[in-house]
Amino acid sequence: METLGFLMDGFAVALTPYNLMFALFGAFVGTLIGCLPGLGPANGVAILIPLAFTLGLPPETAMILLTSVYAGAMYGGRISSILLNIPGDEPAMMTCLDGYPMAQKGRAADALAISAIASFAGGLIGTIGLIMLAPVLARFALSFGPAEYFALFLLAFATLGGITGKNPMKTVIAATLGIMISTVGIDISTGTQRYTFGVLELYEGIDFILAIVGLFAISELLFFVESRMGGGRKKMNVGKLTLTFKELVSTVPTQLRGGVLGFISGVLPGAGASLGSFISYTLEKSVIGKKGRFGEGDIRGVVAPEAGNNGASSGALVPMLTLGVPGSGTTAVLLAMLISLNITPGPLMFTQNADIVWGVIAALLIGNVLLLVLNIPLVGFFVRLLSVPPMYLLPIVTMVAFVGIYSISNSAFDLYFMVAFGVAGYFLRKLEIPVVPIILGLLLGPEMEKNLGHALVLSDGDWSILWESTLAKSFWLVAALSLVLPYVVGPVLRRRMNAAMKESPTSD
Amino acid sequence: MTLKRSLSFIAAAAFSLNAMAWQPSGKVECIAPSDPGGGWDFTCRSAGNVMRDLGLVEGTVQTINMAGAGGGVAYAHTVSKRAEDDKLIVAASTATTTRLAQKQFPGLDADMVTWVGALGADYGVIAVGKDSQYENLNQLLDAIKQNPKSVKFAGGSARGGWDHLKVLITAKAAGADKLPAIPYLSYNNGGEAMTQVVGGQVDAFTGDISEVTGFLSSGDLRVLAVLADERLPGEFADIPTAKEQGVDAVGPNWRGFYMPQGASSESKAFWVEAVDTLYASEQWKKVMKANGLIPFHPPADEFDSFVKQQVQDIENLSREIGLLK
Repeated sequence: METLGFLMDGFAVALTPYNLMFALFGAFVGTLIGCLPGLGPANGVAILIPLAFTLGLPPETAMILLTSVYAGAMYGGRISSILLNIPGDEPAMMTCLDGYPMAQKGRAADALAISAIASFAGGLIGTIGLIMLAPVLARFALSFGPAEYFALFLLAFATLGGITGKNPMKTVIAATLGIMISTVGIDISTGTQRYTFGVLELYEGIDFILAIVGLFAISELLFFVESRMGGGRKKMNVGKLTLTFKELVSTVPTQLRGGVLGFISGVLPGAGASLGSFISYTLEKSVIGKKGRFGEGDIRGVVAPEAGNNGASSGALVPMLTLGVPGSGTTAVLLAMLISLNITPGPLMFTQNADIVWGVIAALLIGNVLLLVLNIPLVGFFVRLLSVPPMYLLPIVTMVAFVGIYSISNSAFDLYFMVAFGVAGYFLRKLEIPVVPIILGLLLGPEMEKNLGHALVLSDGDWSILWESTLAKSFWLVAALSLVLPYVVGPVLRRRMNAAMKESPTSD
Repeated sequence: MTLKRSLSFIAAAAFSLNAMAWQPSGKVECIAPSDPGGGWDFTCRSAGNVMRDLGLVEGTVQTINMAGAGGGVAYAHTVSKRAEDDKLIVAASTATTTRLAQKQFPGLDADMVTWVGALGADYGVIAVGKDSQYENLNQLLDAIKQNPKSVKFAGGSARGGWDHLKVLITAKAAGADKLPAIPYLSYNNGGEAMTQVVGGQVDAFTGDISEVTGFLSSGDLRVLAVLADERLPGEFADIPTAKEQGVDAVGPNWRGFYMPQGASSESKAFWVEAVDTLYASEQWKKVMKANGLIPFHPPADEFDSFVKQQVQDIENLSREIGLLK
């Protein structure tokens, strides 16, 4: 009941015309960014952070804008998957499998419509899960001491390996790079300067927003420059909407299963939306069995992954809002935004910043409704935007990033750093080293170090404090399992995933 | 005698007339040496708004965010690039003096700028969780005197930063020795540090009164002492000062401005006057109340020496605990 009251307050925040306008703008821009191949939710949010600062938005409005962009990008990703067989972002990959065949059969409009509805269902299920579970998790979070936090961050690093890349060693390299970058600056636990070389600009360390914009957005630009192709090679007949109500109803169980599974994988730190859409798709396939025509344009093959990845996007907000641990790359960016707004993400956000948290949750619900309304009629428009040549798209994205970053700090030094990160990101991605672990290392490394130090101060140097409590012990156990399991389960999953890709005749 | 006095009076009147005659024309800038959202940013934006409402400046006061090195980038910028700018003020606080005292701005010291004035202060507090065994400040300090490691503190500043120093100032005033041995855990901000104290992980919290309002009203936190000369007004009136418990420790985190040393004397007089007028205004009193600021405004001629004394005190203390060699 208390929760409902908070949620009503949240609606009061989110439904003010000012905030509603930004939610609508965010949903629109998010969909746009999502459907542009290569630009995913993390990039979308990273690109808009500087805008939020430039406009001097109050914290709740800034967060509403960014969560709308986040939700919008999750919707948008499916458009290019279905029409071009190019996933707009990673989680939308699974939507290609049945979405594109549907489009080839002239059912593109149906595929776009049903996937919008599935995205809505997934988002709704995820948000309801967030509302029900988050306050429980928040109360539980107060029992976290330095030792528990240390074990939790260890867990986050351990789960990273199995999921983000094919080669765990490269993930480790990336995370290590992130941790190394994070050591620059004055160490708050000792007051000692590390790697500052007497340069004043380095005293506070390297701002992770620079790293995020550089590694995601600028390296993406470099890739665009290199390949000089940004989609828009084929135009597809969108076709007429022939979706029947009966067909829609028949997908309801699929939507529910996809949404719930997506939410669960979203809640687990390090898992995220790609896993959500993958698991939803594979489960749906095994549940329906031979009755379905998966890979040939089965409508449930579009519904399952879309419900899954949108459920996951809400689920990923649970660890971020209650524990301060990002569940995905995008929430890592959102977390950085919160810190920049002087809001401590963590156990007390629900008590100390209730207006912001519930405003964001309400915005998520409203955003999902807006997105559903927005997506169906605007499908034709989004298709045309896919054909914007990179030569126009590029300068706009670069300009937004540069102006934004400069307006935050008034420092040319930051711009050089951002470009350096962009170039580094380009080469790292060429080497197939994932960039998400770098951000996580940069964000979580100092926290892990700090909590280790604090735990040892509290115990007077006794290391056993790190695994003394039951909570800490269970984190260590899960961390150990996540390190070992990928080697056992990973190959099995990957084989199935490959099999799924092969079965689809149009996947390449 | 009378003649001399009246002459000097005339001279003073002429000077102040002259001073009032100067007014900044065009754009006025206020540098907030942090990203948007922090305390310095607040100082610039809110003071700028009130100055414009009061008609002290012609146009608007433009806030420029210049983050870096805890204010060091803005300090270096003011000293080197804007040394003679008449239309520039920079937000500062006890964090600025702490870093100056600990030589954290290489090659820069407190004499290189002109300190304009203070606009209020946020007083330090020492607090414990509601289930703590410590009922008052002396119980806590006695425990520290017996064994410096017995009470672990959490605060929102780095080691050696202002929150840490408040613990040391208080312990020193109570006559505790082995100050460097008192455990201090630094967190990114006061909220995070308080979570640990409320959750029972750490014994005591050191921070500012404006930070504890939420947990104070929820009853999760017991404030043992406020580090002010007198009891604070309003809702904080029940909190005892350290002084009335026999510990002579004061820790105001003031907020105010400095400006370039090389600016004209007319402009300096103008800004001092402007900050005085601003501080006395009803609008500013409202801003202070809404943001948990407590009255603190040394007279214009004393502010400069107050700042330099604070820098000196912090320097001595930092040397004593081995943060500075």
